[in-house]
Amino acid sequence: MTKKQEIEHYVAPYDEGVSFDELPDSEPTGRFRLSWSGWLGASIVAFWVFIAIFGPALAPLGENDLPFPDDYSEFQSPREGAWLGTDVSDRDILSRLMYGAGRTIGIAFAATVLAYFIGVILGIGAAISSPRVDMVVSRINDAFLSLPTIMLGLVVVAAVGSSIPVLIVTAGVIYATVVFRLARALGQEIMVMDFVEAAKVRGEGRWWIITREIWPNAAMPLLTDFGLRLIYVILFISSLSFLGLGVQPPQSDWGSMVRENLGALSYGQSVIPVLAPALAIATLTVAINLVVDDISAHSGGKLSKRL
Amino acid sequence: MTQLILKRLGIGLVTVLAVSLIIFFGTKILPGDAAQIRLGQSATPENVAAFRARLGLDQPYIVQYLAWLKNFIQGDLGTSLASDVPISSLIADRYHNTVIVSLLTAAIGVPISLGLGILAAMYPGTVYDRFLTLISVSLVAAPEFFTATLLVIFFVFVLDIGNAIVVGSTEGKGLFELIDHFALPITTLCFVIASQLIRMSRAAVLNVMSSPYIEMAILKGVSRRRIIFRHALLNAIGPIVNVVALNLAYLVTGVIVVEVYFGYNGLATLIVQGVQTRDYVLIQGLGMIFCLTYVILMLIADIAAYASNARLRHPK
Repeated sequence: MTKKQEIEHYVAPYDEGVSFDELPDSEPTGRFRLSWSGWLGASIVAFWVFIAIFGPALAPLGENDLPFPDDYSEFQSPREGAWLGTDVSDRDILSRLMYGAGRTIGIAFAATVLAYFIGVILGIGAAISSPRVDMVVSRINDAFLSLPTIMLGLVVVAAVGSSIPVLIVTAGVIYATVVFRLARALGQEIMVMDFVEAAKVRGEGRWWIITREIWPNAAMPLLTDFGLRLIYVILFISSLSFLGLGVQPPQSDWGSMVRENLGALSYGQSVIPVLAPALAIATLTVAINLVVDDISAHSGGKLSKRL
Repeated sequence: MTQLILKRLGIGLVTVLAVSLIIFFGTKILPGDAAQIRLGQSATPENVAAFRARLGLDQPYIVQYLAWLKNFIQGDLGTSLASDVPISSLIADRYHNTVIVSLLTAAIGVPISLGLGILAAMYPGTVYDRFLTLISVSLVAAPEFFTATLLVIFFVFVLDIGNAIVVGSTEGKGLFELIDHFALPITTLCFVIASQLIRMSRAAVLNVMSSPYIEMAILKGVSRRRIIFRHALLNAIGPIVNVVALNLAYLVTGVIVVEVYFGYNGLATLIVQGVQTRDYVLIQGLGMIFCLTYVILMLIADIAAYASNARLRHPK
């Protein structure tokens, strides 16, 4: 490894605390099996995905319906008809949670897919283009990477207002910067491998090299990173919603539910209105983390050393 | 070494310029005109035009940008559109809480997390190590407001000490009274940085521990404590400073969420207000301050990484 490369590796720009090493240590061995923690994580993720898809159909009430129209008071304790109690506007928390699941998970998933679409294309493109193009694109990318994501989010929301498409595109573009770095590093590392050299010498075209030589080797680390990125996007979207700049009322998502119901804590009335949505986010992100750890441990990636 | 640091400083400067471009032109696509917002809907077109000229809004964007950047460097952040007060005096009123909470978090959270992380690295694989790892891996993926909620439930609802919101003024309070005043926000942020710091400092020490000279020290019979404190830790200082700076930079997000959660005034709530009232002058000024803090901390992190690496310090 040349000295320049060594430096580049050592001071990889800040990536929200996640360091990844690009290529697996060893070949994946045998069939993939989840450990018990992986199963737990996968079951929780499956549960939330189910709720996200069928939540609105299964919810006992509409998103903004009042379970007890004749008895209006905020933050009622759980009882029959509202199993998790009611929120600041006396709406059913359980139903709002089920409606919100689809938005929180759907927006985050769409944004992560978008981030991957942009990041992988540009990253692998940069890795195989001329050094000059690569440097320009990478420098621009680094400038965006060196900003706190929440600040970028705030500026965009201030400029164009908040709506679900805006949230998806904003989060997608912001997190594409991180994917770009990973995809580029992967591409570069694989580009200098012997089998790629051999393909080049054989006279294979650029497209062939990307799809047949680079992609199969890059897929596994990228998939593992997809899970991690999804976690950060969920946290990002939820934080924006929590600040009142994400999903706008009367629509609910988990982050905005925490915000709406903060009063329940400060008046000492009830913890469920805040705890329920916060716990929903935490269980989802921690569960994804468990699955990601399992997969990366399996593929022998250094990612598992985070544990 | 010097060359590398100069190069890194150069990149830092370019980054700051890029940041200023992003923030300035990002807020320029705001629908609506600053002069119109400031004067209200009832203003006559002549008034608006005159006001635009006074604000310099009739100039080309690039001239406006250069003027704004020059003012920013000189410390003039402009006047708030929403409240007609200079941004600098808005900041002067509010910055105390943000600075106090960030500094106290750093002063309390960093030593404790580093201690826990190094202890885990001293006894890898033990119950203590696994327990700590489990907790930090779970917390790292959880949002700040989840940690905050758990703390509120425990301290306010179970133990019945403290308040779920931070109330009252900090004026004339001593250090311990301030810690007491901001106990919950500080604890929340300590948990947020601890989950990263413990893992990363543990990894940094373990990384050094696996190097040949440590093996040599073990073979010649040096005690475990001496190996850690005399041999390993000194070489892990660079990576640890790097990790600390990165995590303090991460506090930027945490501080925003915590201020809103516990409902006290600070710079973070100010910028959120700015976004809600579309006060772009305020967003530009505060956005630059937050991003500058972040970029400077990243710079420290990188330079610490260079300085600690003997191979980079003394290139062949």
